[in-house]
This record gives sequence, structure tokens and C-alpha cells, in this order.
Amino acid sequence: MLRVDSLAAGYGHSQVLFDVSLGINAGQVVTLMGRNGMGKTTTVRALMGMLPALGGRVLAGRVGWQGASIIGQPAHAIARQGLGLVPEGRQVFPTLTVLENLTATARPGPWTLPRVLALFPRLGERAGNLGARLSGGEQQMLAIGRALLTNPSLLILDEATEGLAPLIRAEIWAVLAQLKAEGLAILLIDKNLGAVMRLSDHLVIIEKGRSVWSGAPEALAAAPEVSQTYLHV
Amino acid sequence: MSTQLLLIQALNGLQFGVLLFLVAAGLTLVFGVMDFINLAHGVQYMLGAYLGASFAAATGSFWLALLLALPVALLAGLALEWLVFRHLYARDHLAQVLATFGVILSLNQLVRMVWGSAPLQVPVPALLEGGIQLMPGLTWPTYRAAILLAGLATAGLLWLVVERTRLGALVRAGASNAPMVAALGVDIHRLFMLVFGCGAMLAGFAGVMAAPILSVEPGMGDTVLILAFVVIVIGGIGSVRGAFIAALLVGLIETLGRSLMPDLMRLFLAPSPARQTGAALASMLVYVAMAGILAWRPRGLFPVRAG
Repeated sequence: MLRVDSLAAGYGHSQVLFDVSLGINAGQVVTLMGRNGMGKTTTVRALMGMLPALGGRVLAGRVGWQGASIIGQPAHAIARQGLGLVPEGRQVFPTLTVLENLTATARPGPWTLPRVLALFPRLGERAGNLGARLSGGEQQMLAIGRALLTNPSLLILDEATEGLAPLIRAEIWAVLAQLKAEGLAILLIDKNLGAVMRLSDHLVIIEKGRSVWSGAPEALAAAPEVSQTYLHV
Repeated sequence: MSTQLLLIQALNGLQFGVLLFLVAAGLTLVFGVMDFINLAHGVQYMLGAYLGASFAAATGSFWLALLLALPVALLAGLALEWLVFRHLYARDHLAQVLATFGVILSLNQLVRMVWGSAPLQVPVPALLEGGIQLMPGLTWPTYRAAILLAGLATAGLLWLVVERTRLGALVRAGASNAPMVAALGVDIHRLFMLVFGCGAMLAGFAGVMAAPILSVEPGMGDTVLILAFVVIVIGGIGSVRGAFIAALLVGLIETLGRSLMPDLMRLFLAPSPARQTGAALASMLVYVAMAGILAWRPRGLFPVRAG
């Protein structure tokens, strides 16, 4: 459903992406891996059409979504075609209540407010609280719920478990497994190797703005030199 | 200075405050949602006053003039957005300031060419002539009371829309993190046009209402604009609630300062220098207050930005 070919992008005079390719089929979980600063988040921003708003631009390459090119379209038009973003740093709206965070950008579809509140009961308990008053874990649940309520066919999660307590982290992974079981396609950026290996169908390693390795989790497990070279600090 | 005069001046201050709020509300949302500095917002206020004056002269009815001026102010705002402002969103603040300052100069000149430099007078509508007796021997003009009430009602309506509707939630979300709102599938530019149009209309509304108590003249938007900027900085950029509180505060400080300071100076100085230093100090007072509030809360009374 999503096909990225030889994507190159950057901010101002500094090029961040040189040659990134990846693909996601319906129902698949694909994870972008690589050390910090290698271009994972920029890849997500580039394919979501968010670079222009941040002073960046796509320099070359193709991004295809359901067979049609989406490069050059504004972010809102891309999102409306079914890409739901859970961004780095959660970015919940601090001055909106939990309920407003969930419903302000919602679009009709199978994901409804009661269904999201059933998935994250904590959000229901804190429905009237401001986004800024939530704990990190609650904000993360809110960011996921907010993206689900736009009824995406692909959910993109950028470091969704970073900086969370182990229990909360486990809860997020369980939810992602459940979403996968329901057939939602997911593009992940995450450093949590064990959980990523269990959940993902396919892995793509990005090194200095290039996708340098891709394969199934089993293939990565069978090739310790790959993770030694690209993942270990 | 008697307590009666103090009461009158306090009411005048509140009335000036709600007018400021009507101008500042649009300014703070446009600045907050699109990170766009619109110096030409005061022009919308001036335009409202001129439209009100012209329509009142043509139709002979203040109310008809108000009804006609509002949609024209809205259209003028949307036209400016379409012609000038939308080409500036992606530019830096310096480009925005220069271009919108250019709009001020052009429109002030245009107003001079169309209406002339002489101030226009708009009569107070017959229905609101006279005064309200606050206590024996103390009356306040009915028209000023009407401005205060209309301003408060508009503020209440605006509060309802911004705080209690989904559209308002989107505007608030946009004020804190516009790229994220766009990434969730909302056309932020269309949202902005809506905010911009409403802001222009509110400023125009303030201008029409101010016309009978002020002289309508070119450049009348400039002083209001500067105070409106003080208001949105004190209130927290992007916060309608902050703009409301700050507008009343600035209205009170400005009005009370101008009437109290010269009297205060009389305690220390001879009448003539007291008048001069008092007036000078009074015009500084708003900015001293702003500096004090920013030292205490650097992002204003009700900050909306994340981080």
C-alpha cells in the first residue's frame, strides 16, 4: 500500500536523506531501525508531506500510496488518504482536554470514540483533563487514540514507547499487537529490539540517510554482524 | 479627584477595554494559529469605522450601517488575505512585518483619497442617546454602556465558539501546534482563512461601534494596533481568554492613567509641569505594566504554545 523509492530530502542546505526505499503491504508491520540521527524521523516527515512546514523539502525519489504518487501534496491531503501519525514526542495539544484532543481531528470510520476509550480506559478516566496535565504514558495513549480516530489504513508511530515506564510500555506493545491482529498496517520507528522483532513482519535499517539493509526479523536474528554494524552503539 | 469621577473613568476604561479586545481577538488568533504577524489588523478597525460612517451617512441609520459594514469588513479582510497575506505565511517575520506595514501605508493613503483627511463625525444613534443615571448626580452615556454590553456579549459568544465547539478546539489546537493539526488531516489554511475573516469582522465591528465616540480619521487604526499588540503579548499569544483579561487591564490602565496621573503629579509639582509629566507618565504606564507582567510570566498570562 505504501511504496517509498530512493527518497532524498533535507532541511535548508543540509541533506538528511540520500536514498531511502521501503514498502508496506496491507496488514503488515514494518519497522524502521537505525541509530539516532540517521534519518528515520525525517523519512516519516517526508512521506507525510510535513517537511515544507518545517523548512525542509523532498529532493528526489517517489512516494506511492495505494498506487498513486503523493509527493508534493500538502500534509493534510496526505493524512486524509489514510495515513495516521503518532509523532515523535507525542505532541498532544496541551490546551485541549483529552476528549477534545481525540475528537477535534476525528474522521468517520470504524474507529469511534467509545472504541478508543475501550482500548485505553485511562483516557476515559481523564476525559476532562488538559493534554498538558497527563503523564507521559497517558499522552502516548492519547496520541495513538487521536491518530486512530482519523481512521487511517496505515498507522505511523515514531518512538511511541520511548521514555515510558516498563508497565506502560508493555501496555502500548499489547495494543499494537491487537491493532495488527485486527489487520491495521503499521509503520514503526522504535529502538526496543525485542518487542520490534516480535511484532514486525519486515525491518528496514537506515544508516546516514540510506536504507542499507532490509529483511524479516528472523534474517536479522541470523545475521548478528548486521545489528553489530548498524544498530549497536 | 472624586470617587464619582473615578467610577466613570473605570467604566470608560472597561468600555475601551472591550473595544481593544475585539481588535486583539483576531490578532492573537492569526498570530497564534499561523505564526503570522499582521500589522495591518488595525487597518480593519479603521475600515470598519469608515464603512460605518459612510453607510450611516448614506442610509441615515446607524443600525443599517452596522448591518452593512460587517459583511463588507469581512470581505475586505478576505480580499487582503487572498491578495497579500497568503503569500507571506511561509516567509519569516521580517517579510511579514514589512509587507503588512506596506498595507497600512497604502490603505491609510487610500482612505485619504476616498474620504479625505478631515475627521468624519458619526452621530450617536437616537435609541442610545442620553445617559444612564448610575447614582444621583452621576450619569454615564448610554452609548458607552451599549458598547460595553455589546463587547461583553461578543466576548461571551466568542468564548462559546472557541471553548465549546469542535471548530474552536481545532483553532486552539492550531494555535499550539499547527503542523500537527495538518498532519492529522485538517486543512490549516482553510481554518486560517476562517479565523482571519472572523478576526477582520470583529475589528471592523469595533471600528463601527467606536465611530460615534471617536473622530473617524486616517491612521486611527495605528494607535489601536499598538495597544492590541500589548494586549496579546500580555494575554499570551493565541489565547482568546488571555486577550480578554489583558484587554480590560490595558483599557483600565490606559484610561485611569490618563485621568489620574496628572492629579497625582499635582501632589508634588506645580499645575503646569504636573500636567505634562502626568501625561507623559500615563502614556508609559501600559508598557511598564507589560514589562512587569512579562518579567513575572515571560509567555503572557495564559500561554498556549507547547514547551
